[in-house]
Amino acid sequence: MELNIIHQPTAHCENGTISSLLRFYGINLSEPMIFGLASGLYFTHVPFLKMGGMPVTSFRTFPGVLFKRVTKLFGIKTKSQRFLNKEKAMHKLDELLLVQHKPVGCVVGMYYLPYTPIEYRFHFNGHNICIIGKDEAKNEYSVLDTNVIQKEKISYKDLLKVRFAIGGTYPLMGQMYWIESVPTQLPDLKPLILKSINRTCKEMLSHSSMVPWLGVRGILYLSKKIRSWEEKMGQREARQNLAQVIRMLEEIGTGGAGFRFIYAAFLQEAAAVTNIADLNTYSKRMTEIGDKWREFAYKGARIIKKRKGESFTYNDLGDILEQISVLEKDFFCDLRCLIAEHSK
Amino acid sequence: MKIEDVPQDLKYYKGTNVRDVNYAVDENGQYKAVLSDGWDAKTDALDVAWEEVEEQCQEVLDRIKRGETSPLEYHATKNLMDIDLLSSYSGFSKRTIRKHYNPEIFSKLDDDILSVYADVLRISVEELKTIP
Repeated sequence: MELNIIHQPTAHCENGTISSLLRFYGINLSEPMIFGLASGLYFTHVPFLKMGGMPVTSFRTFPGVLFKRVTKLFGIKTKSQRFLNKEKAMHKLDELLLVQHKPVGCVVGMYYLPYTPIEYRFHFNGHNICIIGKDEAKNEYSVLDTNVIQKEKISYKDLLKVRFAIGGTYPLMGQMYWIESVPTQLPDLKPLILKSINRTCKEMLSHSSMVPWLGVRGILYLSKKIRSWEEKMGQREARQNLAQVIRMLEEIGTGGAGFRFIYAAFLQEAAAVTNIADLNTYSKRMTEIGDKWREFAYKGARIIKKRKGESFTYNDLGDILEQISVLEKDFFCDLRCLIAEHSK
Repeated sequence: MKIEDVPQDLKYYKGTNVRDVNYAVDENGQYKAVLSDGWDAKTDALDVAWEEVEEQCQEVLDRIKRGETSPLEYHATKNLMDIDLLSSYSGFSKRTIRKHYNPEIFSKLDDDILSVYADVLRISVEELKTIP
């Protein structure tokens, strides 16, 4: 048994899994639209929140939030569940697939995921995949993993393992989510888009100076910190921390630049849907910000792996981040005004 | 980012079906989703993380040579598993695992116990007993 959902690779696994689930119910939303509507864009650099011994830097909202927000906006009924018992977790999945014929999103660990390159198998437990079928004779499942260009198969044993991955960020306990029912009439997109953009602006801007780690303040905070990394931590540890930021930025669920480009794509689509042509200008501005993030990742990579004739420093990185924090602050302030005008 | 600037630096994705999707603008300024084979900046950062693991492994190998620990600790380190994680996955207590880190005790372990570790660490029992 396999449900009929076309596989579509995406930049980010949670967007992609949401999009696969929605597609099954006839709701075709692009990845940028899902990301934008869920107000997925964010920034945090929390020095005391550690993952693998290093501070967490994130360029998006918390895992699981996107699905809840998008479905709530559309009035879609969903359920999510965690389990203490492994067999029950697999049994419930089978029941949803085979009896109710519903695709199911699962949060899994990367470490035991069989089709992932070995270099990427870290104890990272926040990957999302969509299970769409089961071959009972072979006892294996059909999987849509949006990091992969085609449908994959995964055995019962492996799926059990990845669903109950331990360590890393938090225990998964077989966490899974699915759509119960969709309303017959979907709401108009325009007000939802305006609301979501407003929320993103608010989240990026409205943190007090008491919490300097969140939103655009967080970028400025990191820009100040990063300048003194080498003096404070020594070359070796600074290099490891920088590598970690770049990996968070570019690798773990496509971070900074990737998400900024997705958001720019969202604004472009939003301009067409809402007939607010000014949003196109904002899309272009966000593209420029994304390019700056890319420059940061590029130069950062050249610090950790030096090439001949190049001598980028941590101060250079601090400069770029400072520029980005100003650009993003102005961007979200202006965007908020534009949305306020159109929300009247 | 323009479509022609989407990086296509194939390294660790080679031989797998894993790819990145980048959003980039075409000549008319329209955003498109483009497949990417990866980016050197990313793999450089990833390499740093693995270099760190390599160093730890080397340190464990030195201790094995001095008879201070068993190959089990080497394979655990290589698989990024500290004693807590190995304990959670294998079901053995940390105390038991520390005993198994003793080379003399390790060499007397039967295949039933070894196969539990081998399964957790995705290697064969034979591989578990050997070090490079």
